[in-house]
Amino acid sequence: MDDLRMESRSAGLQPSPVQTAPSGQSVEAGPTPILRSGRRDLLDLDDFSPEEITGLLDSAEGMSEVLSRDVRKTPALRGKTIITLFYEASTRTRVSFEQAGKILSADVINVTTEASSVKKGESLLNTVLTLQAMQVDAIVMRHPHSGAPYLVAHHVDAAVINAGDGTHAHPTQALLDMFTIRRHIGAIAGKRVAIVGDILHSRVARSNMHGLSKMGAQIVVCGPPTLLPMGFEPGRIVPEGHPFEGVNVAASADEACEGADVVMALRIQKERQDSGRLPSMREYSTVWGINSKRLALAKPGALLMHPGPMNEGVEISSDVAHGVQSVIREQVQNGVAMRMAVLYALCAVKREGGGG
Amino acid sequence: MSSDDVRRALARIAHEVLERNDGARDIVLAGIQTRGVHLARRLAANIERFEGLRLEVGALDPRLYRDDPEAAALHPVKPTELPASIEGRPVVLVDDVLYTGRTIRAAMEALLDFGRASRIQLAVLVDRGHRELPIRPDYVGKNIPTARGERVRVRLAEVDGEDAVVLLKPESQEAR
Repeated sequence: MDDLRMESRSAGLQPSPVQTAPSGQSVEAGPTPILRSGRRDLLDLDDFSPEEITGLLDSAEGMSEVLSRDVRKTPALRGKTIITLFYEASTRTRVSFEQAGKILSADVINVTTEASSVKKGESLLNTVLTLQAMQVDAIVMRHPHSGAPYLVAHHVDAAVINAGDGTHAHPTQALLDMFTIRRHIGAIAGKRVAIVGDILHSRVARSNMHGLSKMGAQIVVCGPPTLLPMGFEPGRIVPEGHPFEGVNVAASADEACEGADVVMALRIQKERQDSGRLPSMREYSTVWGINSKRLALAKPGALLMHPGPMNEGVEISSDVAHGVQSVIREQVQNGVAMRMAVLYALCAVKREGGGG
Repeated sequence: MSSDDVRRALARIAHEVLERNDGARDIVLAGIQTRGVHLARRLAANIERFEGLRLEVGALDPRLYRDDPEAAALHPVKPTELPASIEGRPVVLVDDVLYTGRTIRAAMEALLDFGRASRIQLAVLVDRGHRELPIRPDYVGKNIPTARGERVRVRLAEVDGEDAVVLLKPESQEAR
């Protein structure tokens, strides 16, 4: 159809509710856009509605098809510039964003702190203002300090996409995890998702808890008591008023895995284990590691996920990591499609100047 | 258009496709997401009924190729699913409403990424005029003269529960 505003959002194979004809006023009235009006950034999923998340996941389906083509290139973001600004090491996330941008024909410029003026002591704010002056359309950033992307979003016109900030959030990882779940076992609502490991330091766990709970999943987390956030008591439900209210905290890894549709093992982040919260990797592996015995407690055919990079033999045993239930490699592939959907939704729009 | 009108138009287009392509062997019917895909499937069903010939049907989403990305990106991208190869084969693009022609331009660009079709034709249920590009349809269900402010709403049983083409005036008085 020629006029986009007339198009229905229903996917080809799964009809959605009928769209009723507009009852007067505007002939422009059409289907609801993916993102709420005025949305410029992706900082975390806590302020995203289930409809916005669903729209992004739907779009990732289309993007995933682009990845399967012989010619993996579309002109959607031609003339747009995306900067990846990484203050922390990363392979998969950075490459994934870069590939996503390039497949959509954006120009992607990678800035790493080792090879930039950050080395000379330039502040985060001055760095991004410099980039802003070069008229970039999006800044994909990773930073060791929680909240850094919020500061940046407040000062630049470009779309800011959080690719991981400290222990706070990693929204595109949560989106790609949900996309992977949905592709394998359908609707997320009602599914039991176990997240096992160092919840305290995990931005992946936090963004997933926000995203999954909005989509109606039942979330069970567990980990060493020293590595649980405030308000998380083993054997209790996170109380009302807490940002993660309703999350079930299991007392043991066995209990968490029992009956789960999805088991998500978190990486033990050796770089964040400063103060002796863990006696030893060996003990961790025995008590909290995901192995075939533990995975067998989950529902038959349950998915095993891991945000990577894995410490095989610590939080996950090699046999299950590469076993039939593992979708870990697929997560990486889905990451590109998911990030294409995010970049397309945030970069193609016209922006109206003025800081965030 | 009533549901009978829609049915007859699709029967006629199916015959025309057969006539104009010497029996239509090898043709790919590529529907444009979403309603074009359903129309393409119906055309294929008609052709099978008339000639016992099974044509391959595909779905094409031109969104990523549009010339108005700021509007296009507001909505999700849908998968494009075409037969294994369109190289050297005739392709009939199928859409519900032809208006400015910009969707079709984008669809042709998208199609090129999948191979070099021997020719591309265009079938639409409704041509409402107001072309902004040098594009014309090869098969038309019905020409409906419209004003720019009006909307043509194609409703199909697969998505909307009924077949109908409705012209919505700017003040939204419905007329069939």
